[in-house]
Amino acid sequence: MSIAAPLRRNLVTPTTLVLAALAVIGFLFIGMRLIYGLGAVTNLNSGYSWGIWVAIDIFIGTALGCGGFSMAILVYVFNRGEYHPLVRPALLGGLFGYTLGGMAAFTDLGRYWQAYNILLPWHWQPNSIMFEIALCLLAYTAVVWIEFAPVFLERWRFPAIKHFLDRWMFVFIALGVLLPFMHQSSFGSAVLVMGTKLSPLWFTVWLPLLFVVSAILMGYGVVMFEATVVSNSFGLPSEHALISKLSRVVGWVTVGWLVIRWADLLDRGVVSLAFAGDLKSWTFWIENALFAGTAVVFLTPAGRASQRASFLGAVALLVAGALYRLDALIIGLRPVGNWIYFPSLPELMVTIGIIALEILLYLVFIKMFAVLPVAEESSPRTADRRLP
Amino acid sequence: MAEAAIAPARPPVIWLHGQECTGCTESLLRSYHPTLESILLDVISLDYHDTLCVGAGKQALDYKHAMMEKHKGKYVLVTEGGTPMKDGGIYCKVGGKTQVELVREAAEGAAAVIAIGSCASWGGIQSADPNPTGAVGTQTVIPGKLVINIPGCPPSPYNFLSTVLYLLTFNRPPELDQQNRPKFAYGRLIHENCERRPHFDAGRFALEFGDEGHRQGFCLYKIGCKGPETYANCPSIGFGDGGFGSWPVGTGHPCFGCVEKETAFRKPLHALSTVKTLTPPTAFPQVDAEKGQGISVGAAAAVGVVGGMVVGAGAMLLKQIGEGKKSAPDSTKERA
Repeated sequence: MSIAAPLRRNLVTPTTLVLAALAVIGFLFIGMRLIYGLGAVTNLNSGYSWGIWVAIDIFIGTALGCGGFSMAILVYVFNRGEYHPLVRPALLGGLFGYTLGGMAAFTDLGRYWQAYNILLPWHWQPNSIMFEIALCLLAYTAVVWIEFAPVFLERWRFPAIKHFLDRWMFVFIALGVLLPFMHQSSFGSAVLVMGTKLSPLWFTVWLPLLFVVSAILMGYGVVMFEATVVSNSFGLPSEHALISKLSRVVGWVTVGWLVIRWADLLDRGVVSLAFAGDLKSWTFWIENALFAGTAVVFLTPAGRASQRASFLGAVALLVAGALYRLDALIIGLRPVGNWIYFPSLPELMVTIGIIALEILLYLVFIKMFAVLPVAEESSPRTADRRLP
Repeated sequence: MAEAAIAPARPPVIWLHGQECTGCTESLLRSYHPTLESILLDVISLDYHDTLCVGAGKQALDYKHAMMEKHKGKYVLVTEGGTPMKDGGIYCKVGGKTQVELVREAAEGAAAVIAIGSCASWGGIQSADPNPTGAVGTQTVIPGKLVINIPGCPPSPYNFLSTVLYLLTFNRPPELDQQNRPKFAYGRLIHENCERRPHFDAGRFALEFGDEGHRQGFCLYKIGCKGPETYANCPSIGFGDGGFGSWPVGTGHPCFGCVEKETAFRKPLHALSTVKTLTPPTAFPQVDAEKGQGISVGAAAAVGVVGGMVVGAGAMLLKQIGEGKKSAPDSTKERA
């Protein structure tokens, strides 16, 4: 077992400079969008009213931010304390995934200057899916910051606040497990209301469940991915033993996901659409092959034992989950009127800039705050640092 | 004009019915701006009208004669219906006199003559081949006098009312075309202002009643719409007061060219019309054209560069993982 500590490395490196430059370009285009409107920056049209900002920055970005959520289920709900060292880095990912996802949502709002109304209860429309998503996203973003707050408090020392948080953290942890169930399923509902606009390969009444489970899977995927990347890049002690154990769990959840997905497809009798030979059917097979591949790697002892295979499995899981969301939001869409859509260059640069900023902030935070487990420790119980 | 508008005396009107169905009067009874009663009580003095007369028989006819005598040279004559000429005009009589005699008698002292409907304008349906009664329009009966034609079957009441109000206001007929129809109403082809015209231009046609195109509201040209050869304002003002779309083409039936002498009752209902403006193009634009923006060079480049970087970094990392965890790269070689 290990304890968390700041890496204290140089903040200015070629990597961080490139990321910062990409982020600046992205934010210049966000400024353009806020001043000149969506049409000036994006290729959105009446057929495709949700583009990559929604699909990638919000739907995929928050799913990638579900690491904290997935780990919280494992550590706190199933009481598997041995995975605790993976929680803080996962929460950090969630912190930026959700904060920047919320920012992307704001950028995508047609009349963003009306956004404050979501905070005024007398303007609420509680039957709206978008309302549920908006409120739940805001609440969860706040919860993630609170869950992560002890990291700041350790560095800047506010004993009173830390004491309060230590005492009440269980409430926020509970909320942190509850809220993603709500808004990730609402993401599925938002796709559900597209109705016949979505290809039957993705449209099903089970969309909310599939979205929640895929978010949990992507959460595990990102934890495994991030642990491997960071420990290798910074020469930290490997967490492969822990990851290898975790991947067995993930493998079975993936199998569960595939069972729900295919039982539903067979039940509705739409599998023939997968043989149409068009872009939709190809992405459908790639998506499913990636999920199946992940399950195979994670459920075979040889796959779990190899660091390289586990890493590839985690990447396959992330790509599969991301592709599922991209399919359900953009590729699987068949809007009336023969509309086509591909993001414009400025639109792409905004998404790239936001992702660059996420990675940049992650790198800055692990160097400045105690996030990553670095030093070996004699007993896991001696240092009760209340890692959330 | 102001003087004319406030002139106290209501001009007298004599209205004669010949071979007709009273559809023109019926449609006029259903107009609301102005309403018929305000026309009758405030604007004109309708001294004789077969349908609207209070009196009947000899009483009514006597009153007509008295009024014609009293307002000689000042009244307006409106004729509704065709006039049969064959066999001395015996096929239409009122009070023992043939329609020919009645029209000529009334026209003599009329200040202006208006023929309402296609029958009065040029014979209408009873003049259709073989025209057994020799029916003709009012102008043929009284060749020496100007007859303003308001054709239509029935005509839009507002084309008639506008003409009447124009006469009363300016004391002269409105500008007329070669067939003596007011240009304000009969100046443009139906085809020019038709709400279905974009379908014609795009080559979207109903091919039979009730087919997919018909239900979609496509152009009715191919099921015989005479809009392309008919000059009338129906698409602009609709018919009567039903609101937008309340005219034949608006309800899904092809125009049958009721205001055209050579079209209605002469051409088969579903025969193709002669397109007086453009004929449909032989090559049509794609009905279901692609909309929206596809991939641009810049976007493709950005996706390629970033995708390449990600795959490249992933491959490097994978290689490093393969080398084993003991390699421990130094801090300057951060790759994350």
